[in-house]
Amino acid sequence: MDTISSSIIPAALNLLFSGDPELWEIIAISFRVSGTAILIAMPASLLTAFILAYWQFPGRRLLISIFNTLLAVPAVVVGLTLYLILSRQGPLGEWKLLFTQTAMIMGQIALAFPILVSMGHSALQSADRRVWETARTLGASAPRSFYTVMREVRFGLLAAMFAAFGRIIAEVGASMMLGGNILHHTRNIPTAIAMEASKGEFALGIALGLVLLILAFSLNALLHHVQGKGQLTT
Amino acid sequence: MLKNIKPLICALSTASCIFLVTGLAQADRMNRTIRMATTTSTENSGLLRHLLPRFEQQTGYQVHVIAVGTGKALRMGRDGDVDLILVHARPAEELFVKKGYGMQRYNVMYNDFVLVGPKSDPAGIAKSKDAAEAFSRIAQSSSLFISRGDDSGTHKKEMALWKNSGATPPDNRYREAGQGMGKALQIAGELNAYTLTDRGTWLAYVSKLDLKINYEGDPQLHNPYGIIAVSPERYQDTNFKGAMNLIEWITSKEGQEMIGKYHIAGKQLFMPAADQKQAVALQRHSVDGHN
Repeated sequence: MDTISSSIIPAALNLLFSGDPELWEIIAISFRVSGTAILIAMPASLLTAFILAYWQFPGRRLLISIFNTLLAVPAVVVGLTLYLILSRQGPLGEWKLLFTQTAMIMGQIALAFPILVSMGHSALQSADRRVWETARTLGASAPRSFYTVMREVRFGLLAAMFAAFGRIIAEVGASMMLGGNILHHTRNIPTAIAMEASKGEFALGIALGLVLLILAFSLNALLHHVQGKGQLTT
Repeated sequence: MLKNIKPLICALSTASCIFLVTGLAQADRMNRTIRMATTTSTENSGLLRHLLPRFEQQTGYQVHVIAVGTGKALRMGRDGDVDLILVHARPAEELFVKKGYGMQRYNVMYNDFVLVGPKSDPAGIAKSKDAAEAFSRIAQSSSLFISRGDDSGTHKKEMALWKNSGATPPDNRYREAGQGMGKALQIAGELNAYTLTDRGTWLAYVSKLDLKINYEGDPQLHNPYGIIAVSPERYQDTNFKGAMNLIEWITSKEGQEMIGKYHIAGKQLFMPAADQKQAVALQRHSVDGHN
């Protein structure tokens, strides 16, 4: 066992920095898929969070509870549900999206959405309601006022985005089920780790794990940096 | 307020349209893409990565390999989610064809199953005269047995062999892993247990395990792999042409030679087994056209 653990980390670092094309392709797929998912999920989820925070309507509390509950849904359940919808036997089978990056993006949107809504909602709640009212009375249009409120809580929203991105780039269940772990196409960091681990190729698995760690660290550092600046200027 | 969010809604629906169109563009490329569901043994042993680049280079097709257990692969074929399947569970494959889910089944290659376990062989299965005896010796011993437990070809084989031996191991010594062959071998290695594995995966993993082959050689342990295109009568838009091209290539002289040449640590993993008569029939079939 000693020999295994002592040889893996150097091997992993070597793979990572020797520019192994296969490893970097997997990393690129991960970022493309999760980045697209976040970009698509952001606007709709922010609007939902805004409506939940600023509008009173029947069922609002229930809706908030539902989004908070969805935070706990395992990725495999999201994956399986979408699998059944996208399979040729399912209602959207005609689209032939199963085992494509598009299917993975759809799964990741479904996973990111509740996080963005839930965290976005609490960020918006912490903002002063008068921001919206002041903007409106000063004659700003609704979209302009919406933008003002979003700017006011931008750090909370940024944190929500990073949390959601962190979840989807690291999740294996939905990606495995919807993407199928196809080399050069739908093999991303988590599915590759799962596969390499089952093959006993621990070095490549750890190398990919290190990428995720480095990524998480950089995101956190970036968030701290941005937040720090924000506090100084306001 | 409602009126004012309209632009936003417009923007969102535009975004989702773009999203859809890219999805459809992807569907457009499908003709050059062949989707094959196969078992973890062909993928994890590295065989497909040895074979497929040559086929892709020669034909311009791209083969998307989805490696799952045989049970799931058959299911994907039945549901039309893939264009062809390469699996190893002969009775299930024949049923698949008989039910009209797939076209003809073609032999591709074979290897055999082996019973691996602790190097000391505590159940003494090496002395068995056949596989049935080896299994009942394991059932009577105090050793653990790791089952795939995932409806894969190996799992189906294992169930048949237990049935054949007439013995059942007690629940506390029979563990279902529910995972691929490699993982099951790792578990067996860590728990010092017996397990049934195909020889290909075994050879690919042997250097990482503290186990050895304790029983082999019974004709019942023969492990043939078959390839079947999903029936175009059930699903008109599967890539049947691509699937048949791949079948033709893999059963051709060149494909078969490449299978025979695939070695790990000097050992051959799979024996080519395409039936020459079938290959001829196949060629006639593709000349007849299937557009």
